[in-house]
Amino acid sequence: MATIDRRANWVSEKLLLGMSWPDYLRGLITPFNAVVAAILAVGIPLTYIRFTQGIGAISNLTDTNPWGLWIGVDVLSGVALAAGGFTTGTAVYLFGMKKYRPVVRPAVLTGFLGYAFVVVGLCYDLGRPWRLPFPMVVSYGVTSVMFLVGWHVATYLTVQFLEFCPALFEWLGWKNFRKWAVRITIGATILGVILSTLHQSALGALFLLAGAKLHPLWYSPFIPVFFFVSAIIAGMTMVIFESMLSHRIFGDQVTHQDHKNLDDITLGLGKGATALLFTYFCLKWVGVAHDHNWDYLATPLGSWFLLEVLGFVLAPCLLLFWATRRHSPGWVRVGAVWSILGVIFNRVNVSIIALNWQQPDRYVPHWMEFGVTITVITIGVLTFRFIVNRMPILRKHPAYADDPDH
Amino acid sequence: MSIKRREFLKITTAAATAALATSSAAKGMESFTGWPDRYGMLTDTTLCIGANCRRCEEACKKANDRPMDGLDLNDNSVFERTRRTDPNSYTVVNRFPNPRDPETPIYVKKQCMHCNEPACASACLVAAFTKTKEGPVIYNKDVCIGCRYCMMACPFYVPTYDYFDAFAPQVRKCTMCYDRIKEGKIPACADVCPKEAITFGKRSDLITLAREKIRHNPERYHPYLYGESEVGGTGWLYLAGTDFTNIGFSNNLGNTPYPELTRGFLSVVPLVLTIWPVLFTGFYKFTQSREAAKTESDADTGERDTRWQR
Repeated sequence: MATIDRRANWVSEKLLLGMSWPDYLRGLITPFNAVVAAILAVGIPLTYIRFTQGIGAISNLTDTNPWGLWIGVDVLSGVALAAGGFTTGTAVYLFGMKKYRPVVRPAVLTGFLGYAFVVVGLCYDLGRPWRLPFPMVVSYGVTSVMFLVGWHVATYLTVQFLEFCPALFEWLGWKNFRKWAVRITIGATILGVILSTLHQSALGALFLLAGAKLHPLWYSPFIPVFFFVSAIIAGMTMVIFESMLSHRIFGDQVTHQDHKNLDDITLGLGKGATALLFTYFCLKWVGVAHDHNWDYLATPLGSWFLLEVLGFVLAPCLLLFWATRRHSPGWVRVGAVWSILGVIFNRVNVSIIALNWQQPDRYVPHWMEFGVTITVITIGVLTFRFIVNRMPILRKHPAYADDPDH
Repeated sequence: MSIKRREFLKITTAAATAALATSSAAKGMESFTGWPDRYGMLTDTTLCIGANCRRCEEACKKANDRPMDGLDLNDNSVFERTRRTDPNSYTVVNRFPNPRDPETPIYVKKQCMHCNEPACASACLVAAFTKTKEGPVIYNKDVCIGCRYCMMACPFYVPTYDYFDAFAPQVRKCTMCYDRIKEGKIPACADVCPKEAITFGKRSDLITLAREKIRHNPERYHPYLYGESEVGGTGWLYLAGTDFTNIGFSNNLGNTPYPELTRGFLSVVPLVLTIWPVLFTGFYKFTQSREAAKTESDADTGERDTRWQR
């Protein structure tokens, strides 16, 4: 009997936030969860159709346009937006910018879950997702940039899980494991930088083979560098955005001091993002100049390119510059969201809008493709909420409150 | 928390191993002039009659065991739009207006070009594509995961996918009838063509033949052999009576073999894998020593900078 009681206690304490089952279930009835339920009510049938009738049954993908929304948003944008983990980890652990320590754990969690759900999204897009491990164990296509992406995303997912382990073990109360998990932090961070440098740029390098298909204003031999730099921008601005949301939604987990520190952190990240956005803005013009693509600027897609580079790179850059000089964390957050949209805009342009620009058969996503994307993001957000509500991500675990490595 | 030497060695060794693996990748991409006796195909579009024929399409479906889908060879309405290959049609014949003579349109058969250095093969992360020594580029359905990067990479928009198969979808494309070639037969389309518009033979012989044709009939042929040098050369070659851009061929593909396009990037990979570990460990050590100096000087003055304590 004692064992059963203890187990019930464990479930209640660890999983049900200290509540009994009936209380916990009653607590789940909220407006937010109603929206989630509505999304899942669509997403689950879509998943069923996808895995019984094929990709074509719920998408507008064709032989001419084999990649669509799932690759452009779920994978390319998803990986870029999940760069916050390695960006903050590097800043704090390797560069010693300790001011940013409070955002490392949420950023690592966002990164880990971001990658995990990139893989989930990818499973909808791959024809035979159950063969996902094939490039690791069955057949090696070593001449492929995709091979590099596959290996690095898989190993980086593992590294990010290891980086997340201290929080997991604190929650479970496994002190010895936690000690080991903390000890590998530096090694994991360095590995994270290596893997991120390579696969973030490799996602851009995938398009080096699309020279005859991708519009010249977006195609550039520098596209790996564009992807890498914009991924760091996405990572930093996502940390600004995600920490703002977390502090609003999980406000009860953070102290007054944390709130004050967050403004300082936000301004610091905003300054970094300003510098990188400006660098990225210049790089984009280096790309145009390198291939003498000036004439294309006077075409309709040229205007679209100017919209991207002026409206979604330079404009947020100027806003962030102004906001950081004015010490306005609020406007920095606006600029951050704008930059995030800019990175997504770029990935969608490269993989969808500027691709196959001369083909008569143009791709427009089916509503069911959006349905899948929204479902995958929703499940990701739910997982994030589940973990933050239970594990020491935003708050400190009482047992390790004074630990400098926390 | 300091980095242990053993830990550092572990990282460096892992990185070096990965670096070696990647540099062997680069080696596989070295320019390769191709198997000398490999086969190719030559389509002479000036001979193809197209209308009420398309027997190559029919023979292709039979040879590859594809559904006929009510294929009607006398239905010329299919020419009203330009078609591309699809999972049930590894080859299609399209019609283009003839700039020299509006009465006799030009018919062009489209299928896999069987590149000397195929983009699909260099793109595939599980090496599902093989440029055989006989010449055909073939696909192995048993390792394909369905990422469709080959379709993205192909400059000729050839590979197709079973989008409506949830359980065993494949990439599908012309195999130059590899199985028939091994049996000593010639590809089905060349075999059936009533006008001998499709010639099967050693690629080097076909190039000679095509040049002869151009030389003997300068008024009949546009003096260009498409596929001889495009994307590093293709196994399937084309002759035409007009500029190739008039009949659906791209002139912006360049002559660089596609594997070359990613070679530069892939060769940087081992450098990053070997330099980054020591570079970033260096940053870490630098930060540590700066902090140590800071703590010491703070202890000397009896003051502590609280900025570094959080």
